[in-house]
Amino acid sequence: MSTQAFSHKTFKSNLTKYYTFYTGGFIVFLIALAIAEQLGTSRQWIGYWFLFATIGLYAGIGIMSRTADVAEYYVAGRRVPAFFNGMATGADWMSAASFIGMAGTLFLAGYDGLAWVMGWTGGYCLVALFLAPYLRKFGQFTIPDFLAERYGGNIVRTIGIISAVVCSFVYVVAQIYGVGLITSRFTGLEFGVGVFVGLAGILVCSMLGGMKAVTWTQVAQYIILIIAYLTPVVWLGMKHTGIPVPQIAYGYTLQKVTELEKKITADPKEQEVRKIFADRAKAATAALASPAQAHADGKAKVDSTLADLKATGAPADKIAAAEKAVAAYPRDVTAAQAQWKRETGLAARAAPPRPHAQAFPGKDEAAQANARLNFIGIVFCMMFGTAALPHILMRYYTTPSVQEARVSVFWSLFFIFMLYFTAPCLAVLAKYDMFSNLVGSSFATLPAWAAAWAKVDPTLLNITDVNMDGIVQWAEVVIGGDLIVLATPEIAGLPYVVSGLVAAGGLAAALSTADGLLLTIANALSHDLYYKMIDPNASTTKRVTISKGLLVVVAIVAAYVTSLKPGDILFLVGAAFSLAASAFFPPLVAGVFWKRANKWGAIIGMAAGLGVCVYYMLRTYPFFTNMGVPKMDLWFGLSPVSAGMFGLPVGLLTIIVVSLLTAPPSRKVQELVEHVRYPHLKGDTLVSEGR
Amino acid sequence: MQLTEKHNEYWRRNLKYTAVLLAVWFLVTFVVAWYARELNTITFFGWPLGFWFSAQGSLAIYVAIIGIYAVLMKKLDKEYNVDEGDLE
Repeated sequence: MSTQAFSHKTFKSNLTKYYTFYTGGFIVFLIALAIAEQLGTSRQWIGYWFLFATIGLYAGIGIMSRTADVAEYYVAGRRVPAFFNGMATGADWMSAASFIGMAGTLFLAGYDGLAWVMGWTGGYCLVALFLAPYLRKFGQFTIPDFLAERYGGNIVRTIGIISAVVCSFVYVVAQIYGVGLITSRFTGLEFGVGVFVGLAGILVCSMLGGMKAVTWTQVAQYIILIIAYLTPVVWLGMKHTGIPVPQIAYGYTLQKVTELEKKITADPKEQEVRKIFADRAKAATAALASPAQAHADGKAKVDSTLADLKATGAPADKIAAAEKAVAAYPRDVTAAQAQWKRETGLAARAAPPRPHAQAFPGKDEAAQANARLNFIGIVFCMMFGTAALPHILMRYYTTPSVQEARVSVFWSLFFIFMLYFTAPCLAVLAKYDMFSNLVGSSFATLPAWAAAWAKVDPTLLNITDVNMDGIVQWAEVVIGGDLIVLATPEIAGLPYVVSGLVAAGGLAAALSTADGLLLTIANALSHDLYYKMIDPNASTTKRVTISKGLLVVVAIVAAYVTSLKPGDILFLVGAAFSLAASAFFPPLVAGVFWKRANKWGAIIGMAAGLGVCVYYMLRTYPFFTNMGVPKMDLWFGLSPVSAGMFGLPVGLLTIIVVSLLTAPPSRKVQELVEHVRYPHLKGDTLVSEGR
Repeated sequence: MQLTEKHNEYWRRNLKYTAVLLAVWFLVTFVVAWYARELNTITFFGWPLGFWFSAQGSLAIYVAIIGIYAVLMKKLDKEYNVDEGDLE
């Protein structure tokens, strides 16, 4: 170890003391705010308190952890105990999408949404069995480091740098977007301002202390995010299952949901609403067939209605409504076509509720088989992507030993599991609550949370009385996925302070992931590109200074890209996983488990894996094909997000074939492989702790 | 340095553990997901079994797989004398 006087035992017990004290302090803070709310503090101020108190706290930890030492800056001095590294990895891993989006996806997609839950947890088995202990033994600073040392040469390192930067950058944009969204929603600041407030939070955490600061803030962030996620679910669970651990009892709630789904499917009023949507969609499709005629007919119809009403001396409010309809009628055929196109989308609302528990629903056997294949595809790509994302793998460089790295993967998944096995429960509880309390209520007396959210943000919750009967039908409700987590405190009838807590949790999730990603990008550029390839004689101070500078530059570029609000972020996140799986997983695993794997195998294998993955996405994803890339049919009907399912096997196969066709690696490389396979070898000449 | 036969045996046993645990992982991931519709006909504490596996059963088994691996390898390291010694 680096310092003689350092004691792991004392360090660990001190950490436990600090973080217990911290958790207690946070709970006191919550209680104080709850009292303040009772005394009349406004909601906006509670939002500000959460925002500035938590960011200030992270900043405080970041400043206390400032360092200019290379090992401290890149790998937190390699002394993070397994338990704490597990918490840090949990926060690093769980992004805004996991925290806010996951339960919503499950709410909307039912069983099929569980592909993400399985994929994002099962990947840790691969990390534990194939990578973490060996990377720890290797003991350098970055993932390209390992590839370069194992396969030799700057070509491999360069491909490693590019892949690391691309997947991390795509992912970090999604995080900063989440930060902007949360700050703007809960404080009323503008989206752009929210992005930069969040950015400041990210930078104070990571810039001064690198990995050391990021690690200790991530532990703090994990504690906040898990308290924030579990509190409302426990409350809602008490309401519906009667026990404070609803995760083990919501099976029966799920049964009730299934019963209610059947009732909703058969209910005549529900059918009436669905028929209205089906008719409107059909009418729009017909209108689109002969737009000019339909536009003229429609115009004539609204005009004559108004004329008739006026002629017969109808009441003023009816005339006003008819005048409004005339004014709102599309001016020209193009505008009318756009409106009809939107209306055809209503066909989706004409369908009965999707059975929550049913796996792979579909109209026929072929559609069901396709749904199943795509489920498997997502699970596959998310798992292997997890085991190849550099910002996660890097965390296992920071433990004191190989054994601690193994134990640390256990704690990582344990802490992630806490949230991921709660999300499906929350989705079911929220659905049950809405089926039993929202559906069937009258529009005059909507549940308070529904009335509030429908007013605040119609993209998250939209309820319109389509069949004019004054009663809410499920078919009349449109829900945006993010609503589930954001509105749960109110659905459960908790005070506003808990809503603020949830926002703080979402912020912690987004900030912690963004920190880890930015650090990965900055390290790949400063350590791998600058130090290893451009100026190997750079002093340690210079290396750390350059890394800090790059961090700021990358953060600003990422915030700029975010402010452009690039399209489908969920696709980008999925794509990052597929890319990482195709590029990194085969060479990393072959590097440890197959001595014969060599330089050219790795280079051509990585290129082939990435190439196939990118090619498939380019040729099939609408975003690219709309830009003029020639479109092709899906292979086996597999969606573009799962491109890694082709990229990874191709990459692995190429490594094997090319390696066997070219000369075996040198004795020195084979010794390196032996070195990483054993936690400790007596008489081993290779140094392990990093330079 | 030259590895002894004992070292090779350590590695083979590590591979064996890895293979067995990986087989369990494969079973609770891909086999369970593939047959989810069939499993869903069985009810388990209220859940359809396929749903339960994907929502928490498989997840808990993943945690267990990693925990078991860490414990087994700690023992194996000691047995073959390749452990790092205790942290002070």
